[in-house]
Amino acid sequence: MKVLTGNDLRTGAVIWWTGTDWSPHVEEADEVGPDPAAVIAREEAARRVMAAYLIDAERTADGVRPKHIKDRIRAAGPTVRADLAVGRLDPADRAWVI
Amino acid sequence: MYRYDEYDQAIVDARVAEFNDQVARRLAGELTEDQFKPLRLMNGLYLQLHAYMLRVAVPYGTLSAPQVRMLARIARDYDRGYGHFTTRQNIQFNWIKLEDTPAILELLASVEMHAIQTSGNCIRNISSDQFAGAAADELADPRPYAELLRQWSTFHPEFTWLPRKFKIAVIASDTDRAAMRLHDIGLKLVRNDAGELGFEVYVGGGQGRTPMVAPLIRDFVPVSRYVSYLEACLRVYNRYGRRDNLYKARIKILVHEIGADKYRAEVEEEFAGLKGLDLDPPAAELERIQAMFAPPAFETGLADAVDRSDPDFALWVDQQTHPHRAPGYAVVTVSLKPVEGIPGDASADQIDLLADLAERHSFGELRVTHAQNVVLPHVRKADLHAVWQALDAAGLATANLDLIGDIIACPGLDYCSLANARSIPLAQRIAERFADAERQRDIGELKLKISGCINACGHHHAGHIGILGVDRKGEENYQLSFGGSGAEDASLARIVGPGFSEEGVVDAVETALETYRRLREPGERFLDTYRRVGLDPFKAAIYA
Repeated sequence: MKVLTGNDLRTGAVIWWTGTDWSPHVEEADEVGPDPAAVIAREEAARRVMAAYLIDAERTADGVRPKHIKDRIRAAGPTVRADLAVGRLDPADRAWVI
Repeated sequence: MYRYDEYDQAIVDARVAEFNDQVARRLAGELTEDQFKPLRLMNGLYLQLHAYMLRVAVPYGTLSAPQVRMLARIARDYDRGYGHFTTRQNIQFNWIKLEDTPAILELLASVEMHAIQTSGNCIRNISSDQFAGAAADELADPRPYAELLRQWSTFHPEFTWLPRKFKIAVIASDTDRAAMRLHDIGLKLVRNDAGELGFEVYVGGGQGRTPMVAPLIRDFVPVSRYVSYLEACLRVYNRYGRRDNLYKARIKILVHEIGADKYRAEVEEEFAGLKGLDLDPPAAELERIQAMFAPPAFETGLADAVDRSDPDFALWVDQQTHPHRAPGYAVVTVSLKPVEGIPGDASADQIDLLADLAERHSFGELRVTHAQNVVLPHVRKADLHAVWQALDAAGLATANLDLIGDIIACPGLDYCSLANARSIPLAQRIAERFADAERQRDIGELKLKISGCINACGHHHAGHIGILGVDRKGEENYQLSFGGSGAEDASLARIVGPGFSEEGVVDAVETALETYRRLREPGERFLDTYRRVGLDPFKAAIYA
């Protein structure tokens, strides 16, 4: 599946396109649809996201998981600071990241 | 320490106000990201893997206690409770919000700090010897010369849009603690046969994808003319440096391609042309700056002896202190490399403690090292035990300076958007494998440096053992190299062979060090043995 990600303009936080809005939780990411460029253009113009880009991901039983390690680390937080794990992700269950 | 005059403060305050307005315009949609990006970068604000990152300049690595307290406050109030000391003697915060940045810059300005010259194709923050003004072996304090260059380079209209970023280091000892020859320009303070002070000027060093050790371009330029000589060096680069190819734009490529002799001739011609223009600041300005770097009021008649009855303390003293110019004092390096820690990271509470210790025991001064440690430069030997106890209580008394546990590691793929592989976990695995203090000391001086990508922020080219993380078909892979040095015997490390997994590279390091222990002659460091016997015996053992 193709998923959109970017950063919140005000806070810089990593965010994921849910199909209707942006979420800090990768599990809520959804297939971007046929025209990702249009979504990026519209959302960046509305200042809801910055530096947005398209990635490959897969839907697993545990939720959406980016394919590339860089995006998995973006989704989960630094692998060396479990205390900084993102949102709902269980700091003890990060085996999928690496 | 240098204190801002009204011009310094006015410049920084004006920049804060300007950026405040730019951020407001960005948030209001009056500036696009393409328009805003160069503006935020000129104020040290990057976008990294997880958030905005603010890199704060620490000129020549020198900080006062109030400045350090402000860094702790920023870490606590605007970040996630910690800061990261970098391999260019700066500090960066990893979780900054754009909307908070103007307030942070205002706080920094209130203690004579800023984030200017920490990004962009300008002359970056000047680096220097972390022992400046304290080292027993220095010719003079190099920081006044670095400060003059800071004033010359900040917002220099000719050098704001260079072909590429530009890094300068200034030292004043035969011992190079600043990796001087791995900078675009390295300056070493020397005295000529007539007893005059001047600089050896090295140009065209650097790391990154094309590492070079800078050749000597001039063996003596008097201190009265070093600023205009650098002006000439930069002008030649600005004129001939390549702007068509990002990867060939650094001055090292220019010097390498036209040759040191041709580059030198071009600089000399330019320098001669500058002579009548009076570009060099008057001697009084250097003297004004030097007066602010006058040595603190060291006590006299202090005892040199240290009570070594506590073995852990004695070990720390042996590893973490250096001779001071003043009898009865020592230079203390605080290791930011505990075994399970993150190289260069310090919590807000730890940063506050460092400020307290500086105030109580080091005339209010601290230094940042390019090896991501912190220095208390002027500690009475009689106070060492108290300092050690306070550090120990805060997890800052690791005794591993210049040993294998003292690993330089860039933020890597855990934080950096440019990285291809993680550096920090690998540093932690190696530190764990060699955690035994006795084993570390038996191995002796060992500079192990890890970069998560070819940009080499972790100085892997200059590691006795260097490790470069690469992306191999989506998997982290690590290239091992031996024989680098950023010290006065500067050299570039050579790749050993095919890369390894994370576990594999830790094993390979261990095999290399066992080979070294087998081959070493008395007094030899790993680097010395490698230089004597060459790569083959190490390679044979590692790939057996």
